[in-house]
Formats: sequence, C-alpha cells, structure tokens
Amino acid sequence: MHTPTHLAAELRLPTNWLDYSILGIYFVVVLGIGFAARRSVKTSLDFFLSGRSLPAWVTGLAFVAANLGATEILGMAANSAQYGVYTTHWYWIGAIPAMVFLGLVMMPFYYGSKVRSVPEFLLLRFDKAAHLLSSILFAVAAILIAGVNLYALAIVVEALLGWPQWVAIVVAGFFVLAYITLGGLSSAIYNEVLQFFVILAGLIPITVLGLKKVGGWGGLSDSLTQSRGGDFMTAWGGTGIGSDNPLGANWLTIVLGLGFVLSFGYWTTNFAEVQRALSAKNLSAAQRTPLIAAFPKIFIVFVVMIPGLVAAVLVPKIGTPGSDLQYNDAIPYLMQQLLPNGVLGIAVTGLLAAFMAGMAANISSFNTVFTNDVWARYVVKGREDGYYVRFGRLITVIGVLASIGTAFLASSFSNIMSYLQTLFSFFNVPMFVVFIIGMFWKRASMKSGFWGLIAGTTAAMVNYFVIYKQGVIDIPSDQGANFVSAIAGFVAGAVVMVAVSLFTAPKPAAELQGLVYGTTSPGMSEAPAKGDDAWYRKPALLGWGAVVLAAACYIPFSF
Amino acid sequence: MSDSNSYSDKNVQDEVSELETKSVTAARLFDIRRIIGGLFVVYGVIVTIAGLVASDDEIDKAQGVNINLWTGLGMLVLGLFFLAWLKVRPTAPPTPPISAEGAPRE
Repeated sequence: MHTPTHLAAELRLPTNWLDYSILGIYFVVVLGIGFAARRSVKTSLDFFLSGRSLPAWVTGLAFVAANLGATEILGMAANSAQYGVYTTHWYWIGAIPAMVFLGLVMMPFYYGSKVRSVPEFLLLRFDKAAHLLSSILFAVAAILIAGVNLYALAIVVEALLGWPQWVAIVVAGFFVLAYITLGGLSSAIYNEVLQFFVILAGLIPITVLGLKKVGGWGGLSDSLTQSRGGDFMTAWGGTGIGSDNPLGANWLTIVLGLGFVLSFGYWTTNFAEVQRALSAKNLSAAQRTPLIAAFPKIFIVFVVMIPGLVAAVLVPKIGTPGSDLQYNDAIPYLMQQLLPNGVLGIAVTGLLAAFMAGMAANISSFNTVFTNDVWARYVVKGREDGYYVRFGRLITVIGVLASIGTAFLASSFSNIMSYLQTLFSFFNVPMFVVFIIGMFWKRASMKSGFWGLIAGTTAAMVNYFVIYKQGVIDIPSDQGANFVSAIAGFVAGAVVMVAVSLFTAPKPAAELQGLVYGTTSPGMSEAPAKGDDAWYRKPALLGWGAVVLAAACYIPFSF
Repeated sequence: MSDSNSYSDKNVQDEVSELETKSVTAARLFDIRRIIGGLFVVYGVIVTIAGLVASDDEIDKAQGVNINLWTGLGMLVLGLFFLAWLKVRPTAPPTPPISAEGAPRE
C-alpha cells in the first residue's frame, strides 16, 4: 500500500478557530471514552476482549473501521488516481468474499473454541513452535505498522496544518496510549465506531462536491476516458492474460492473488481484525461481525475512489515528475479546494481519527498477543488474573513508546520501512494456508503448521525480492508482483504442509474437537440468543446478500 | 499449564469460561449510542450554524452548494437517530452467566 511520504507543502489548509474547535471536541471525547470505559475493566478478558460481550453492530463497525485507517483512505484514493476503476477490486473481490468466508465458515471455530487470539488457535491446532513463531512475528509487525501509521499521520498533519512532525507524533501517540491503557479493547472499539461515522461525514461532502465540479459521473467518465483511455473507467478492461495494463496484473492474478490469497490472508487471519469479532457477545454476533462490516465496505470504495478520479481530472499531471502533487495528495487537495471552514474541520478530524484508529487497532491487538501468547504462556506463567491486566497496561505503554520510536526511525529511513512492510505482508499468506489446511484436513500434523509458515513466507519473499526485483521474470508493477508472490507463497506453504504431514504424527482426534471442519465444540452448540433468530440476523442471508451485492456492483463497471 | 508439547483446548476453554463468569464489561460498560448521538448533535448544530451564516465566498468555493448547511443537517439527523434508538431500545440488562448446573445462557 502507499504510504504518503511526500505531500506537497502548498497543501496547507485554510483552517480557522471553527475547525480547531471541532478537532478539539473530538480529542476530548476520545479521552472521555477512555475514562468512562475504565470501570468496565476488571478481568484480563475485559481488558483484552471486552469480556466477549459487545453487540454485533458495534463489533461490525469496528471491524470495518480498523481497516479504514488513513493510510488506506489516502492510499486507495492514490490508487484510483493512478490506476482508475481497478481500485474496486480491492473492495469487491479483494475483501467481501474473504469477510463472508470468515463469518460463515471460520468464525464457529474461532469463537466456539474460545481462543483469545489468532496465534492461540494455532497453539490448539498445531504446536508451540507454530504458536510462538506466529505470536512473535505478529507482535513485531503490529508495532511496525502502528509506527508507520503514526509517521504517516505526522507527514499529513505537517503538510495540512503546519505542525512540526514530532508534535503530531507525540500528541497522537499520547492520546492512543491514554485511551487504550485506561479502557482496553472496549475503548479502542468504541473509538473505532465513532471514527467510522466522522470519516464518512468528511468524505461524503468531498465526493459530492468533487463530482459536481467535474460535471457529475458522466463528465468524470468522459474526461478520463478521453485522457487515460477506455480501460481506466472499467474494472476488467485490459486484464486479459498477456495484454498490457498499468496495474501489471491480469484477471487470473487478480482473482487468485488479490481475491483469494492476499485478501483471505489479511481478513481471516490478521488478529487486528479478527479480535473485533472475538469480542462479540455470542457466536451469532461474532459471525455477523464481518458480515455487517461487509455492507459498508462495498460502498466505501465510492467515497475513496471518486475523489481520486476527480483529482486525476483536475490535475491531469498528478503523480508525474512535472507536477507538485503526488497521487497521495488527491484527498487533501480536494479538501483544500472545495471545503469551507466547518466541514473542513470535520474532514480534518476524520483523517486524524482514522490515523489514530489505525494505530490503536494494532496496539490493542499487540498487547493481547504479547500478554496472553508470549508472556503468560512462556515467560511468567500461572500468576493471578490481576497481574496480567497490570502487565497488559504496562505493555500497552511500552508498545506505544516503541511505535513512537518506529515513527521517528521511519522519518529518517522511509525506504527501509516500506521494505519491512512488504516483508511482513508476506507473512499473512502462509498464515492463511496453515489455517485453511488445518481447519479442513484432520490429518495435517502438529509439526506441519510451523513448516508451512516457514516455507510459504520464504517462497513469497524469494519470489518478490529475488525473482521480481532482480528482473528474472518481467512484471510491470509492484502491485502485480505482490499478487504473484502471494500465489507462490500459498502454493509452497500448502505443498510443504502436505509433505510434512505425511511423514509426521497427526494430532490425536480427541484434541481436534471444535478446531477442524466436521467436529463440534461445546461453544458451537449454543442456541441462538433471543431475537437472534430474526431473518435479518441470519448469518447465511447476510453473507450471501453481501456476495451478491458486491458481484452486482461490478456490472456497471464491466462493459 | 500443560507440560507436553501438545496443548489441550480444554485448558483454554476452562480458563476463558471462568473469566467470562467474572467479567464485568457487560454490566458496567456504557452504551456507545449515547456518545455517537451526543457528538453528532453537537457537531450538527455547529456545522449547521456555520452553514446558516455562510458567506457567498464559501458557497462559491463549494461549487454553489451550501455544504455546511447540508452536512450539518445530516449529522444532526444521524445524532438524533442514535439518541432515539437508545430511547426506544435501552441497553439490555446483561445476560445471566452460565449457572453452576451448566444451563446454557439465554
């Protein structure tokens, strides 16, 4: 994904006291949520998983908001200005099927087995080697991504508001630290729900005014078709195998690489997402979490893509060396050009809120994995529950400080950071292989998990850093290379898992209850709570509804 | 804690089930609808007022649309919706935990 490392200095927004009042009110509310949620934390389960007690609409909106970080918003607008309507693939095929699969197929095993984290599921299904490897890699990656979010925030705030970078890093870091340390996951989730509405209140006016400025959808479509060619405004045009398109991907790598491997890896095994569902109050609510999230996700693409396309019309040279504006500047540029004080304050607040929520989602999943899966399991075992709550708060402080450090590091070595990000992104792919084989094949042995993770990660990295970067095969863009690397990692992980399983001992059948498809655990037989049997709360209907709706959205952009 | 390399899911389930009976989030956590409703009513009023006193320059900048007025009213409606929802369907009392006899939760 794009990290906005360069924002043009002339993007300074004409903010006034009104916009700053709106921003100030938001910061007060954020802290207030932290203080008010504090009294709900008694056990470690309260701190790390909200006591498994939140309603589905709250966890569902938090699920989509945790992904709606500002790097995602600015990055996807940039993607649209660069590649056009291809951006819809990251939503309709690159998110919805995976979210529905998580809700309908995987959630009974996650939630029903009562695990507190994604690595903990690997501990139950495989062994300690797979568990420790995935826990540590996840913890390191979460801090890194939190730091990258913080650095991206600092750059945007410096360009838009003129604050020095270190002020933005310290202020945002302090607020995230305060509200998570006080209220734990409940506070993080509540802030994500709030952020979801504020960011939409900022993006919708930008989209509407942007469309009006370029003569509506018809005007937008005509001028881009004229300047960028007919395929720019279609989702699938020019994606035939062997034909050339700016994305550097064909329909097969889009469907398999992005739609299947990358997207399933991210949405179904990234604990920063899955944690939101695990905090739901019962199995039905946990299943509905990603399904409820799928509906806004289908439509969010419009308020991100349209500003990117509008910017491509208004600044035809955007992103080229001849222009002062980078692709990442699309949304800030429209804010500056179109929004009067008032709505401008809402949009600035929404962007800052999105940066902070993106960071907070990583910090709140980091502290859970580090406390439950590393510290309580391997370092200081068997202490009373209160000790782990105190440790969780302490590690939250350490985690935020570490990501502040990462943010400062990123400001001096931004290339290294984007390299590291790519590196960790390859770890999600084998995670998905290990999960899918482990959940559907009883014979997959205890040791196969660890070796599948190692083999898949290695294969994806070799493909990306050696075969693509050294030019052994010719792939025109980084995005296209990512898709191919993901497919390579998936295949290698799967082959090694099967091979290792054939030569090592399977896990005893009694220990696989509720972890493998076809078995059940006590948590799964729980009858739906009163009211959850209403037709509009049926997971199957919600899930298939989302898939059909996403497929239908492709129709106007396919011909 | 199990010492063998294979870890039984029984331990995790027992541990989490026990913590669930002691959890107080359901009983003590406030309802987020109150916060969303409150914040959006405040924002809605502020932005609507900015729209009512908007200058011609501001309206011209926004393509002839009084965007503050429309956004403000929209936020106000959303805020009132959340407050009304809270009023009509107040926070449900926490579901009773699993009893000692092992009866399922409601």
